[in-house]
Amino acid sequence: MARELWKGNEAIAEAAVRAGLEAYFGYPITPQNEILEWLSHRMPELGRAFVQAEAELGAINMVYGAACTGARVMTSSSSPGISLMMEGISYIAGTEIPVVLVNVMRGGPGLGNIAPSQGDYNQICKGGGHGDYHVIVLAPASIQEAVDMMPLAFDLAEKYLTICCVLIDGSIGQMMEPIELPEMRPAQRKDFPWATNGAKNRPRRILTSIYLDPPEEEKTNLRLLKRWEAIQANEIRSKEYFLDDAEIVVIGFGTAGRVALSAVRAARAKGLKVGLFRPVSLSPYPYARVAELAGKAKAFLVVEMNAGQMLDDVRLAVNGRIPIEFYGRLGGVVPFPDEILDEIQRISTADLQLDGNPVADWMKRMEAMVR
Amino acid sequence: MATLTIPDNLVYERPQSFTDSPTHYCPGCTHGVAHRLVAEVLDEMGLANRTVGVAPVGCSVFAYNYFNTDFVEAAHGRAPAMATGIKRVLPDHIVFTYQGDGDLASIGMGEIVHAAARGENITVIFINNANYGMTGGQMAPTTLPGMKTSSSPSGRDVETQGYPIRVAELLATLEGAGFIVRRSLHDPANIRKAKKAIRTAFEVQTHGLGFSLVELLSTCPTNWGMTPVDALKWVESHMLPFYPLGDYKIAPAITAAKI
Ligand SMILES: Cc1ncc(C[n+]2csc(CCOP(=O)(O)OP(=O)(O)O)c2C)c(N)n1
Ligand code: SF4
Repeated sequence: MARELWKGNEAIAEAAVRAGLEAYFGYPITPQNEILEWLSHRMPELGRAFVQAEAELGAINMVYGAACTGARVMTSSSSPGISLMMEGISYIAGTEIPVVLVNVMRGGPGLGNIAPSQGDYNQICKGGGHGDYHVIVLAPASIQEAVDMMPLAFDLAEKYLTICCVLIDGSIGQMMEPIELPEMRPAQRKDFPWATNGAKNRPRRILTSIYLDPPEEEKTNLRLLKRWEAIQANEIRSKEYFLDDAEIVVIGFGTAGRVALSAVRAARAKGLKVGLFRPVSLSPYPYARVAELAGKAKAFLVVEMNAGQMLDDVRLAVNGRIPIEFYGRLGGVVPFPDEILDEIQRISTADLQLDGNPVADWMKRMEAMVR
Repeated sequence: MATLTIPDNLVYERPQSFTDSPTHYCPGCTHGVAHRLVAEVLDEMGLANRTVGVAPVGCSVFAYNYFNTDFVEAAHGRAPAMATGIKRVLPDHIVFTYQGDGDLASIGMGEIVHAAARGENITVIFINNANYGMTGGQMAPTTLPGMKTSSSPSGRDVETQGYPIRVAELLATLEGAGFIVRRSLHDPANIRKAKKAIRTAFEVQTHGLGFSLVELLSTCPTNWGMTPVDALKWVESHMLPFYPLGDYKIAPAITAAKI
């Protein structure tokens, strides 16, 4: 198939359609509107379900209901809308059914703004809804990567009976890039042995997240954890660039990782031994690989469009063995490659300490910059 | 000696659409009556094997244990949204929600109004017992003015706690609503009428004629602090005047279909 110029949100929506999406429920919010708008004509055209819900609360619970039947379903939103969905997300997790979620993150907290941000890393990777559960979180850095990820997201959700979130930011949602879309897969509903789709010629089924008896709830929690162990063992994904001889390893995901790659290339042109590690699965996080890299590199530079949320995971993996520096832009500000290049250059000559506080040090530099 | 055989004359049995599980409802609670009416209708219409029920959060949270159909359990108030999701991907199935007044008219008001406005082809059984049964009898949006509950101990003061919501009347204003009626479960004659309405509501759905809701005035003897009999009398003396029984919306297509 030929490469065509597509807008991120629309490409993601079309990729979901081609991955066999049977039903979409959503609510308008910038910068993800084009997903909803694209599906508002595409789904009916194919005889598939589309509902613009009364709110994200309605949308996630429509998704919950449709997912119970075994249909391939998804919703999409942006940060405030995802917050509103958290109740439903916890229920879906507790019911152990597959759902795909796209979060096109924007600046926050609160109403914030509509500019690209990575401020919701902790919310989706570390919980958000109540109870002990995990979500698979995938972070593409380009439209092509996002498009290729959509069928995978559905497959993973169904394989592990879990929520799979494709986490992007407004810039990936809004920009245009030449991409190749996947072939159309037929929307073929699987006859899952748990689906509540009418008790015809079989015993009736119940899908619920309530286990009033604490030992039963404990068993359910353990079952979720067991599945999470399998996900951790099998579904770690990441991308590596120029790491072979890298003394400084930049770590960033999504757009921050992409901008960092430009900076790394520029630094290489200047002869600096720098590489990039870009986690693709944010949850499960590639701790083992980060730990391995810490055994080879002299220092890490973590770059994020938030105040250092993934930084905590890097610190966990590094466990104090090498210095970690942090560079973040917040509230919808996207860093330029030059800013990261400056950081790489600073680190290449700096006398770094193992007991430094990367966030506090970065804030001091930020205060001088953002005056 | 001639033997006398008395032919079986079965006048009452457990509906097939019920499981064998005994319910957990308090003695005299009309939740059980409402359940039975729904099960009888599912039996009569032969719907059980293509029905998906949606249970609420409230005393009927375990409704799924009692109905012999596929069932899902919604978050508090979100049953109409969940039902929407199910119905949209299983349009040939029967989807119903069973909800209390806290669930439907307070936390879930947005979901029910929009499901009705969209004309979702689902059936809603709405239990109005004027309080939050499950959590200990707090004030509900349906609690009558002056009515004492565990969170309106001196009686609902409309000045500070607002007025009750008449759900059937409110939803009947919506174009998308097809069949909206209020019935009561306080005596056998009314129970029979309630069953007829439930039957019609499911017929509306099987004919694809849109959103149907049956509001059922019900008792909560436990939290009202009454005997079951007094509670039934109280429905008649206090709830009926505030919540008049009647057909609030019967869309022309339903009348035309002569269901
Ligand atoms: C989000 C959320 N808020 C509050 C509750 C607590 N809660 C459980 S049942 C209930 C009230 C149910 O009352 P109603 O819908 O009138 O049903 P009834 O018990 O009277 O049948 C409440 C407030 C909850 N489960 N979830
Ligand atoms: S608390 Fe009230 S509504 Fe709940 S089961 Fe008991 S009597 Fe029925």
